[in-house]
Amino acid sequence: MSKLVTLTIDGKQIQVPAGTLVINAAKQAGIEIPSFCYYDGLSLQGACRMCLVEVERVPKLMTACTLPVAEGMVVRTNTPQVIEARKAMLEFLLTNHPLDCPVCDKGGECELQDMAFRYGAGEGRFVEFKYHVPEKQWSPVVYYDAPRCILCYRCVRICDEGLGVNALGVVNRGVRSEIAPNRGDHLECDECGMCIDICPVGALTSGTYRYQTRPWEMSHVGTICTFCADGCKTTLGVRNGIIIRANNRDRSGINDEFLCIKGRFAFDFVHHPERLTRPLIRTLSGFREASWAEAIELVAERFEQARQQGGRIGLIGSTRTTNEENYFLQKLLRQGLGSNHIDHRQSGDLVSLLMATRGREGALATTADLYHASGILILGADLSQQHPLLAFQIRANYRHHRARVYVVTRGPVREDQIAARSLRVAPGQELEALESLRTELQGLPDLVVLYGDSIKGSAVARLVQWCDSLAIAVRYVCLLDDANSRGALDMGLVPDWLPGYRSLDQMNLQPGLCWEEMLESEELEVLWVVGANPLRRRHLKRRPWLVVQELFLTETAQQADVVLPAASAYEKRGTFTSVCGELQQLQPAAQVPGAKTDLEIASLIALQLGLELGPADPDELLGEIHRTVDGYNVDLPLVAAGAAVPTGPYPDVAAVAVRVDKIRSREDTLFTAGSLGQRSQVLTSVREAPGSLYRG
Amino acid sequence: MRFSEQLEAKFNQLISAFPPGRERAALVPMLLYAQDEVGHLTPEVIQEIAGRLRVPVHEVDEVVSYYSMLTRKPRGRYHIQICTNISCMLLGAEQLLEHAKQRLGIDCGEVTPDGRFSLEEVECIGACCWGPAIQVNYDYHHWMTPEKLDRLLEELRKAQ
Ligand code: SF4
Ligand code: SF4
Ligand code: SF4
Ligand code: FES
Ligand code: FES
Repeated sequence: MSKLVTLTIDGKQIQVPAGTLVINAAKQAGIEIPSFCYYDGLSLQGACRMCLVEVERVPKLMTACTLPVAEGMVVRTNTPQVIEARKAMLEFLLTNHPLDCPVCDKGGECELQDMAFRYGAGEGRFVEFKYHVPEKQWSPVVYYDAPRCILCYRCVRICDEGLGVNALGVVNRGVRSEIAPNRGDHLECDECGMCIDICPVGALTSGTYRYQTRPWEMSHVGTICTFCADGCKTTLGVRNGIIIRANNRDRSGINDEFLCIKGRFAFDFVHHPERLTRPLIRTLSGFREASWAEAIELVAERFEQARQQGGRIGLIGSTRTTNEENYFLQKLLRQGLGSNHIDHRQSGDLVSLLMATRGREGALATTADLYHASGILILGADLSQQHPLLAFQIRANYRHHRARVYVVTRGPVREDQIAARSLRVAPGQELEALESLRTELQGLPDLVVLYGDSIKGSAVARLVQWCDSLAIAVRYVCLLDDANSRGALDMGLVPDWLPGYRSLDQMNLQPGLCWEEMLESEELEVLWVVGANPLRRRHLKRRPWLVVQELFLTETAQQADVVLPAASAYEKRGTFTSVCGELQQLQPAAQVPGAKTDLEIASLIALQLGLELGPADPDELLGEIHRTVDGYNVDLPLVAAGAAVPTGPYPDVAAVAVRVDKIRSREDTLFTAGSLGQRSQVLTSVREAPGSLYRG
Repeated sequence: MRFSEQLEAKFNQLISAFPPGRERAALVPMLLYAQDEVGHLTPEVIQEIAGRLRVPVHEVDEVVSYYSMLTRKPRGRYHIQICTNISCMLLGAEQLLEHAKQRLGIDCGEVTPDGRFSLEEVECIGACCWGPAIQVNYDYHHWMTPEKLDRLLEELRKAQ
């Protein structure tokens, strides 16, 4: 703990840790000092002069955002001189600023508007013509209107410091100063929209949201991003059942305000015109539309036959369905239909890690650990591309705590910028390279190791063994691809273990077929695919009867006998578990008439089959998971309140023969996301798409 | 691209004058010297200097656009800079500027068709005691009048 300093602000005596800035000390005392350029977590700028305060025995006004507290300091934030200065600063900022708030996209949530209202003078004294330049479009998602810009440098700093992209700068001088993109007239960047989000005024606007609505016309639904595994909280702005915007301005969630292009812009797949809204049944001449009742009846009939033949049905599940859905699906298959042929596309080997660290407390790192750990070791992954939030956390850790970052990858990655050491090795050779880092790593108090899909099976055990030999505190993150990849493993959506990594012996089951085997197997009568696209690049050799639950007519759905239109994660309630194991609640935001959630569909099938599987309501199922699944005995009210609650540990991890060759990451970049990504117009329209890994 | 031998030597000396990792501190002088040699900062020059100092091109653009002495546009062989800041203005700089425009037949920011002259209105050049003051390339001329300006232009027109 740093030492405490006593100071007085507006007559209130307060104590704050040494090094605190006056602007933050005041906030702790409940006193607001207006500011524009100051931004928590970014470097200090001192550009806007909005935060001027009087400090006793200092002749001039001081900027509270750059001034650290000192013992005995006396600060005043409400004297006539300060009030005058604020008015003057606002008048200055408004000299060339258009006064057309009613038509500005930011109206209603603009910091300049709020400040002018609160602290400004009613009239400006400038009579000169305003200096004007036309608005520019820098990319499909980023627009810039220089006259509205107050040159606070927030966008410049978030892009450089936060993202490590450094795509924005300031050109020219004086009133002609403006923000400029890295490629002259356009951007080449992550297209994350963080700059738009952080802009206090209407200077940077979003290509997808601008002029669509007013902020107060939307309802705001806090839910979890459906793309990568990092689990960003996103607040969806919804009007008439349609998602119009995604951001996380309230800085709730493990991601604070961070979102990458997928979380911020790619929700448009939800309202894609090709969304399926009616069940389809194959006839000799192709698909015909059918009612839900007819389709479910047909499916149940086939399922019943497969059950009677001794469970000759297989299920290929999804990494974007909820825990409740995955739990219910495996229950339906195992208990209801007597089959253990259940799998999904696995993208990382977590179970080997759980086996190797069995019985240890705190072997798995949380998202917060990435920000606090003194050392970070990245093995075989391009984090900035594949795990934007984790990369963002690690950069923040480096900025704020000088974390030592070590990178062992097959090619250049952005993390090299902040790395103490970067090693280039062929995939699979990562562990051999580690020895050269031994002395450095041994000197660290603690370390978080993140490993990608090239480290699996016995390599994971060797990794843990090697880290044990460092004799320091080590926690791990097994990198996985999708929003609920982790949940699919935890819920036992696999042929090798039960929910909570329990042994199959508990249900007297033999390991089932993995998804690739299911596609080849002679044994299956029925194949049930829920939210997966296994036939993207292959054809079935022998056709089992195929049921597909999907949003779109994917390659797999096209080959189905029955297609059932499913709802996306933005249309349902339930929970996701992030790659770092945080359990988070989804809330339905959009409505797509005709589609049903996978849980609803599965429960209709179960009902038709006359199976007694207990409740099929997401909240009740979460209760059941909480009671029965190892690792999920967490504080449910907290989850319901929107917090990210760490799961684990798993006291009873089965000894599993890991199917090493089936574990493979899809290697999505920032601009791809399997079949969902292809249906996002934004994601496919930016010039950086589809991007590539290991380009630095 | 390569610059002249002398300039290359100067660049090497400049870059080595700063501690490793801080080479970018040489940016402004390098730009200025390169501009003196090439005439203006072409995209190739900017690219080259950015590469040598490992600074992103758009950061070099920030610097170039900030300093009015750095230019991306070709200038005349003689770049006439007329100060119209307060002291010079009180002593007739505005008339002087008007006169120069007429004589050269160009506006500020333009170059004469023969490429000999370009004209720029500048802020205080630190010669207020001797105003109106002008600067031609790096040379100062004090106590200017329209007549003195005419004579100067005539001389420069004849110069080889
Ligand atoms: S969209 Fe993201 S990466 Fe691109 S300029 Fe803005 S902050 Fe930087
Ligand atoms: S564009 Fe917005 S964030 Fe960037 S400097 Fe201007 S006002 Fe600030
Ligand atoms: S980092 Fe992952 S979870 Fe976060 S917004 Fe991007 S895709 Fe979504
Ligand atoms: S907030 Fe202090 S100078 Fe901008
Ligand atoms: S005002 Fe002209 S030189 Fe200073």
